[in-house]
Amino acid sequence: MKIRVQGVARSFRVEGREAPALLPIDLDVAAREVICLLGPSGCGKSTLLNIVAGFLQPTAGRVLVDDAPVTGPGADRGVVFQEYVLFPWLTVQGNVEFGLVLKGLAAGERRDIARRYLELVGLGPHAEKYPVQLSGGMKQRVAIARALANSPSIILMDEPFGALDAQTREVLQEELSRIQRVEHKTILFVTHSIREAVYLADRVVVLTKAPGRIKDVFAIKLPEVRDRFATEFTRYESEITRVVKEEVAQVHQ
Amino acid sequence: MEWGLRGAAIPRQRALRLRLTSVIGFLALWSLASGAVVVFKLFNPIFLPGPWLVVGDIVELAGKGQLWTHLAATLYRVAIGFGAGALLALGLGLPAGHIRAVRNLLEPVVELLRPIPPLAMLPLFIVWVGIGEGSKIGFITYATFFPMFLTTVHAVGQVDPLLLRAAQSLGARPRQLFFRIILPAALPEILTGIRLGVALSFFVIVISEFIGAEHGLGYLINDGRNFFLVPQMLGAAVLLGLLGYVGNGLVRAIERRVTRWQHHDGAAA
Amino acid sequence: MKGVRALALVAVLLSWAVVTYGNARLEVVNPVLLPTPTDVAKVFADSVRDGTLVRHILTSLVRVAEGFGIAAVLAVGLGLLAAMCGPLRLMLEPVIEFVRPIPPLAFLPMFLVWFGLGEASKVAFIAYTTFFPMFVGIAASVLRVDVMLLRAAASLGAQRVDLIRRVVLPAAFPGIIVALRVGFGLALFVIVGAEFMGADAGLGHLIMEGRTFFNPAQIVMGALVLGLLGSLVNALLVAAERRALRWRTAQSA
Repeated sequence: MKIRVQGVARSFRVEGREAPALLPIDLDVAAREVICLLGPSGCGKSTLLNIVAGFLQPTAGRVLVDDAPVTGPGADRGVVFQEYVLFPWLTVQGNVEFGLVLKGLAAGERRDIARRYLELVGLGPHAEKYPVQLSGGMKQRVAIARALANSPSIILMDEPFGALDAQTREVLQEELSRIQRVEHKTILFVTHSIREAVYLADRVVVLTKAPGRIKDVFAIKLPEVRDRFATEFTRYESEITRVVKEEVAQVHQ
Repeated sequence: MEWGLRGAAIPRQRALRLRLTSVIGFLALWSLASGAVVVFKLFNPIFLPGPWLVVGDIVELAGKGQLWTHLAATLYRVAIGFGAGALLALGLGLPAGHIRAVRNLLEPVVELLRPIPPLAMLPLFIVWVGIGEGSKIGFITYATFFPMFLTTVHAVGQVDPLLLRAAQSLGARPRQLFFRIILPAALPEILTGIRLGVALSFFVIVISEFIGAEHGLGYLINDGRNFFLVPQMLGAAVLLGLLGYVGNGLVRAIERRVTRWQHHDGAAA
Repeated sequence: MKGVRALALVAVLLSWAVVTYGNARLEVVNPVLLPTPTDVAKVFADSVRDGTLVRHILTSLVRVAEGFGIAAVLAVGLGLLAAMCGPLRLMLEPVIEFVRPIPPLAFLPMFLVWFGLGEASKVAFIAYTTFFPMFVGIAASVLRVDVMLLRAAASLGAQRVDLIRRVVLPAAFPGIIVALRVGFGLALFVIVGAEFMGADAGLGHLIMEGRTFFNPAQIVMGALVLGLLGSLVNALLVAAERRALRWRTAQSA
């Protein structure tokens, strides 16, 4: 197994009391698998992702990546954030080269790798621009290229398309799916869009309302290139919608 | 947010302990240093009196009644000088921010004079008005006018035009627009400027009291220098700091009262 | 717009000329008290010719540069340290809160007593005065560095040293520059006062000399030179800042 989440739980101190955010979770992710974490807002899906990334410590349990316990963030797990989080003082090219600079690669080699990934996300002509000059969709493409250029085996995505408009969102989903067919990463993808989850995932993991635990897991047995209007697709969508709705309804009670 | 630059948040109890340690450490270090000077005869101990000597000196001056004269002299100059500066800055800044013609008329003058460090003008005030109260008060007015004027102009100028449109569409006339929309919206920044002005008055009063004054905390400091009365110098400086601190606190209290609408939880942060 | 302002500026200079020349002819007050542009120009030409002006300017600038330089190095170093080390910050805060409200000029005689009448007292005084606002500004801008930028860099493999060099410093750079600019302005502000008290050279001394010898033209000349110097240095710093911060203002595509 590529990633093993073993009994991971997390609570936060709120007004002097320990409030649980995540109840013990067990999840195994195989290499090259795309897992979408789905659940009502505040259910702890981002907390789980942040624990795998090494930004947060679990209060119980542990995460193994390639059988070694996670102790902090590292270059083996690339992260793509909802708010893009580009380095505003670097050009597009500079952002994509960031991890390669840390690795000590020569300038020429860095440029070639960065160019290749910028082409892959369709941003070749924009390499010399600064992040302020880009639209939201372009910024997120840079962030994806930056994560890929560092060649991690795992990519963690925290609602990466959540801040984009509906059209851009679908375009980027298609591009991510295309890139995955070339790059074969292990992807953990947090979202609250059921359509997005069904479109991208090999398995969809539905969490309960806060404090989160795993409510249900759906294996999506659809072809690699998916059609959002296929009957099979909509069947998965409505099936998962029913399960998620139970949780959302409970949140509002 | 436990992973990051700051590390884990420090619990309140421990934070309080650290602050206390720091204050005690500061006083202890100071006492030790001045003690060491006396014991090891490093240099003449009058140059580094212990904190107790400074406090003792202030208490003594207060006991003899002299301290109040000096405090009153400084406060009087600051109050009148700053008050006049604030009146001028608001009186000219509000119309300048609101009416473009006034702004174009005033700003070049201000921009011409502003880069000159106000202290450079002090001798001119002395030459013109003489060395008495007039030059000291006038100088504070001059020095504090600029930052307060500029923040007022900026504050009025940057009021959201959408607010104005909204009020106009509700039937506000120009007068009402100014008093009911522009003034309240600009108030927080204007008060920031006022706070700057208060700090600046204490900043500059010192030096004008160095030069030819017979009362005032600045005088106490310079007098201390002439007679190597270091405790008196340090004591008067600390008192000036205290006055500035209180002045700042007063304006902040006013700010909190009049800008309650800025804090969404209703209570002032 | 520009025209109105230029006109107002000319009007200011013109009214200076009218008032002073008029007074020189009618002698409403002693003409010495209201120096005409000619008087000021004459003092200026004289002091340029005998080389005193250059000497005064250089003396003041060297003092400012040394004092400000020492304070800037300390403020950047300690500011970074304090921002990244919570306990240190908490321990420095009360001392700074105690010292900060004391007008720095109140300590000027203290410095004369401690360091004597020579250069050391002026340099030390400027260093003391400019340190606190710069330190506070720099620590605050380091504290404001977005934690997400640090997470992004760490997930690309950045270690602590990389984080400081490649994320914290560039991200805090705009704030650091502003703090340095404020500090430099303050240095020019207080050097005048420092040179009023027991100096035999420097622009402050030149101005005070104008008072001692009852020569207001010399005071006005000194003040104007200081103003010009301040504007010049400020313009240089702003231009440098613009160049260094192109990433903030780059034109949108």
